[in-house]
Amino acid sequence: MHADAHGHAHGHGHEHVHHPAHQHHFQTMEQQAEAATLGMWAFLVTEVMFFGGLLMAYLLYRVWYPEAWSEGSQELNIILGGFNTVVLIGSSLTMALAVRAAQTGWRKGTIVYLILTMLLGLTFLVVKVFEYKEKFDTGHVPGPNFHFEGPFEGAAEIFFSLYFGLTGLHALHMVIGFGILSVILWMAWKDKFSPEWYTPVELSGLYWHFVDIVWIFLFPLLYLVDRAHNVV
Amino acid sequence: MSGHISPKSTYYAIFGALMVLTAITVGVAFIQLGSLNFPVALGIAIVKATLVILFFMHVKYSSRLTKMIVGMAFFFLAILLLLTLTDYGSRGWYASARGSATAGTQVTVTGPTAAKRPVEADAK
Repeated sequence: MHADAHGHAHGHGHEHVHHPAHQHHFQTMEQQAEAATLGMWAFLVTEVMFFGGLLMAYLLYRVWYPEAWSEGSQELNIILGGFNTVVLIGSSLTMALAVRAAQTGWRKGTIVYLILTMLLGLTFLVVKVFEYKEKFDTGHVPGPNFHFEGPFEGAAEIFFSLYFGLTGLHALHMVIGFGILSVILWMAWKDKFSPEWYTPVELSGLYWHFVDIVWIFLFPLLYLVDRAHNVV
Repeated sequence: MSGHISPKSTYYAIFGALMVLTAITVGVAFIQLGSLNFPVALGIAIVKATLVILFFMHVKYSSRLTKMIVGMAFFFLAILLLLTLTDYGSRGWYASARGSATAGTQVTVTGPTAAKRPVEADAK
C-alpha cells in the first residue's frame, strides 16, 4: 500500500482535495460513512435488546394476567395515544426530509425540517405530560397511592408499572433525541454539512427513526390489543 | 459521500402507508377477533417498523454488512422472546419429579394484600 494515503495528499500532486471531516484512518469518505453507519446500527442493536427485555416482561405478564391487562388498557387514552402516533410518524417524515436536504446540500431545508422534527417531538412529549398527569389524578401511578377499581388491583399495578417503564424510557429517548437534534441544528446553522459529508444528520436520523419504531410497537401493545376482549 | 438519495415522493408514500396502517390497527382493536387480535396488531406493527427501517433508515440501500447487523438485532430479539415464552408457556405440562405439577404454576394476584404465592404444602 502506498504510504502517501489521502491524509497526506497535500502538495504531492494527489488529485483529491482533503475534506476537513475526512479522518486519516479511512481511505475514502464512503468508507468512513459506511463505518459510522455500521457503528450506529451496532448501538441500535443494543437498544433493540434493551427495549426487548422490557417487552419480554410485558408479554409474560400479559399471558399471566389477561384480565388486568384488558382493564388497564381500557384506562389509557386512545385518542391521545393515536394523536401521538401520528405526530411521531410525522416527525419521522420530517427527519427523513431533513436528511435528504442535507444530502442535496440544501442548508435552509435541513434547518427547517430539523426544527419541524423537534417541534413534533416536543408536541409528543407535551401530550405525554398530560397523559401522565391524568394517571396521577386517577391514582394509576404504581406505588403506595396506587388505586384501581375492581378485583385486579394487584395485577393492574404491574400493568401500570410496565406502562410507565416502557413509555417513560421511550420519553427519555425522545428527550435525548431532542438534545441531539439541537446540536445537529446548530451544526446545520453553521453550514457544517455538505453532500460530501452529512454523517451526523444521517446518524441522528437513524436514532430518531428507532425511537419512532419503539412507539410503533408500544402504541398497539399498551393501548389497543386488549380492548376487544371487553367488547363481548 | 455518495449515499442513495430517495425521491421525496418515496418518503411521502411511506408516510401515507404508515398512516393507513395506523388507522387500520386502531380500527381492528375495536373488532372482536378473539385470539387473532394480538397477532393482527403485532403483524401491522412489524410491517410499519419494516417500512421505517427499509426506507426512512435507508437500510434498503445499505451495504450487506449493515443489513446483516440489522437482521441480527431482530434475530436475537426473537430468541429472547420466543425461547422465554416457550419456557413459561410449557410450565406445568409435565409433573415434577416429586409427583406434583406446582413448579412454575402461575401466581394469581388479586390485590395488594391478598393471595401470596402458595407455600408448598409437602415441604417436609
